[in-house]
Amino acid sequence: MPYWPCRARAAKDAALMHRFANPARFLKIARPLTGWLFWSGLVLLLAGCACGLFLTPADYLQGQTVRILYIHVPTAWLGMAGWTGIAVSALMQLVWRHPLAAVAGRAIAAPGALFTAICLATGSIWGRPTWGTWWEWDGRMTSMLVLLFLYLGYIALANASARQGAGQGGVSNVTAIFGLVGAINIPIINRSVVWWNSLHQGPSITLRGSSIDMALLWPLGLTLLGFSLWFGAIVLMRMRAILAQNKVEARMQRLARG
Amino acid sequence: MHQWTFVIAAYAVTLLGTAAVSLISWRSMHRAEAQAETLANRP
Repeated sequence: MPYWPCRARAAKDAALMHRFANPARFLKIARPLTGWLFWSGLVLLLAGCACGLFLTPADYLQGQTVRILYIHVPTAWLGMAGWTGIAVSALMQLVWRHPLAAVAGRAIAAPGALFTAICLATGSIWGRPTWGTWWEWDGRMTSMLVLLFLYLGYIALANASARQGAGQGGVSNVTAIFGLVGAINIPIINRSVVWWNSLHQGPSITLRGSSIDMALLWPLGLTLLGFSLWFGAIVLMRMRAILAQNKVEARMQRLARG
Repeated sequence: MHQWTFVIAAYAVTLLGTAAVSLISWRSMHRAEAQAETLANRP
């Protein structure tokens, strides 16, 4: 392909990405979307949990505790997806200087940390009757705990950089680099059950299919989608809060200057 | 312990965590947007 069409394509992509860099334009979409994502997510995850608790059969080996699957898997997925979102927004901040990318990174951190913590807690509760232990220092659990510590470090750095006035209520470049480097943990979590001996089961849902029987699997789709939509709503709420705080700070500074 | 005790504990942790973060996020958004609107309407 000749050189110039590549440049034209890149410029077109950058223009599309920066179209939503304007906070006013972003808010015009985010305001109605927040409610839609929140309520549809809530309905789906409640329906999924109810189906998982009362409609699916107990597992022949794990008994009733298999029902923890419907909350444990979505929280694990969102804990990892949250950090992937932080890494993507860090890349957009560092490479394309997208003004909303840093705000998005800061907004993702708290719900991402919460889901990672819930994943660890529900996994521990599930482990006690299944494995006979609350905790094991194996690859999967340890790498997930490392992810929680990474989130806490990111939140501390992001709050410190926001207090020091890093551009538009976002995060400093150092925080963004931390977000990018921390992404190395995501493939480690994913492959940990393959690379190391673990009490944790191997990958049960892959691109090639699932080893879980359909009689047990179907409510997982509802909770996965429900939690994901709900996560999106929380991120939008937190982005709106940061943007409004920026507006207040800018206005206060103008008033102080007279 | 009964198996359902573990299931209920796991769902309770998830419910409390998600409800708390929903409430905190909504309150901080609502407060910040109300403050921004009040300041914007100030002459």
